[in-house]
Amino acid sequence: MRRTGLFSRTTLVLGLAFLYVPIVSMIVYSFNNSRLVTVWDAAHSPTLKWYGVLFSDGEVLDAAWLSLRVAICAATVSTVLGTLAGTALARFGLFRGRALLVGMTTAPIVMPEVISGLSLLLLFVALEQAIGWPRGMGALTITLAHISFCMAYVTVVVQSRLAGFDESLEEAAQDLGARPAKVFWRITLPLILPAVLAGWLLAFTLSWDDLVISQFVAGPGSSTLPMVIFSKVRLGVSPDVNALATLMVSVVASGVVVATVWMRHRQRRRERDAQLAAAANL
Amino acid sequence: MQLERRAGRRLVAGIPALWLAVFFLVPFLIVLKISFSEAQLAIPPYAPLFSWAHGLPVPRIHLSSYAYLFTNPLYLRSYLYSIMVAAVSTLFCLAVGYPMAYAIARAEEAWRSFLLMLIVLPFWTSFLLRVYAWIGLLQNDGLINNILLRIGLLHHPVTLLQTDFSLYVGIVYSYLPFMILPLYANLEKHDPALLEAAADLGARPFTIFLRVTLPQSLPGIAAGSLLVFIPVVGEYVIPTLLGRTDQIMIGRMLSDEFFDNRDWPVASGVAILILLLLVVPIVLLQRVERRQLEREGLEAEA
Repeated sequence: MRRTGLFSRTTLVLGLAFLYVPIVSMIVYSFNNSRLVTVWDAAHSPTLKWYGVLFSDGEVLDAAWLSLRVAICAATVSTVLGTLAGTALARFGLFRGRALLVGMTTAPIVMPEVISGLSLLLLFVALEQAIGWPRGMGALTITLAHISFCMAYVTVVVQSRLAGFDESLEEAAQDLGARPAKVFWRITLPLILPAVLAGWLLAFTLSWDDLVISQFVAGPGSSTLPMVIFSKVRLGVSPDVNALATLMVSVVASGVVVATVWMRHRQRRRERDAQLAAAANL
Repeated sequence: MQLERRAGRRLVAGIPALWLAVFFLVPFLIVLKISFSEAQLAIPPYAPLFSWAHGLPVPRIHLSSYAYLFTNPLYLRSYLYSIMVAAVSTLFCLAVGYPMAYAIARAEEAWRSFLLMLIVLPFWTSFLLRVYAWIGLLQNDGLINNILLRIGLLHHPVTLLQTDFSLYVGIVYSYLPFMILPLYANLEKHDPALLEAAADLGARPFTIFLRVTLPQSLPGIAAGSLLVFIPVVGEYVIPTLLGRTDQIMIGRMLSDEFFDNRDWPVASGVAILILLLLVVPIVLLQRVERRQLEREGLEAEA
């Protein structure tokens, strides 16, 4: 036992280093003065030069604004659709067409992005020919495309959260005469709210991060942030991309820290309440 | 009440199903259709599948894009190369991911959620930027070459970027969490009593691992491997940024056919061939996941 433990622990430490060294190196080099990304200019570093370059780059700022709008819309719509699908899959038993719905909600997760992108673009072209909508490619088509793959993830998150609860609370409410819609709003939704929020965040991240599908359905004139980054880094490393990466990593890291602290706090309060209740019963 | 409930349920399941039918199912049929039509210089650049003559539809189904794909050795090589890259990457991910998942599952309870968070955290930051980070590490005047030169292990920088090595590093790096999470979910549920029983009966640690732990973790291995293999076959970003320039993968091939050559039927044909390759793994994955759900349901009932 001890020997396998030592081996697996060593691999864990090395593996985590493997996961984090590239991220840390980007952060460090974002403060490097030299234009050559790999040469540390000790005399003039650390510097915030590249952050200045980044914030005066109109193309990057426009793309970030487009990505933000698309991600908020796509995350919101896909959370609604994914919550509906997750509820149906977890609560409706074996209904007709269930297998099809399962297939359609799991396949987009593993589908190679080039195929999703190509097929959605061909759909939009065919739709435009047939009914004149959507007119041209742009923010609308990007959002529609993102909704479709994001909702698959939301469905999985919501479904597995619902599977963890038994239906007794919902049945009790129903026995007391609540209509199905009311049961959902008053009982089910509050129970799965953490999963719905997590699903929204996941959908937002996936949409914000997507490159390949956007590239297919964006059309000329509208570029999302990953598209701008990709065209920059295809030509080689550029230090302002390091600055951008650092900003994005710090936002995510602080979000995770806040969420962890908040959840700890909630759990501690719940434990205290339980103790108080137990004491009162005595 | 019963009627209202049934109508409500139909709506709840129907809205997302309709959305996915329009934006997921129908697009595939369109891809299939276009793969059988002929390219032409027009907008859109493909001929309709039927033409009308005397009020009757005349089929104009062409196999030209498939004939082109099967006779051109470039495509066959790229297809086989993609399968090989996906298979080798899956093995690497398994070799690195299994011990990591094992260590997390055996760690003390207080550590487990923290370690899991460390595994998942990179997943929340941009995939593209994390792949890009490797360019800075691997290029000729990059960090790794600089360190090796400094400590005297090398006298000339070695080419690491745009090789199979950099491609595998990028893929394993990006897909490792997909391997670790299902493996962890499986390993964490193992009953320690079984291990103790084996140890009490005199089995050595490695034998216990081979005879008890490994067989039990096969569903986790299957789920993780499929979650890596399937998307890697069509991977586009990593091979474009880190991979070889003389041998491209099939996802890149599709994108080039579409954007550079504007040959929509051939691009669609490539998509269909990738899908044919992935149908079996995707069905397998759904079966593994369904079994997992059923087992969890049984455990919950028990």
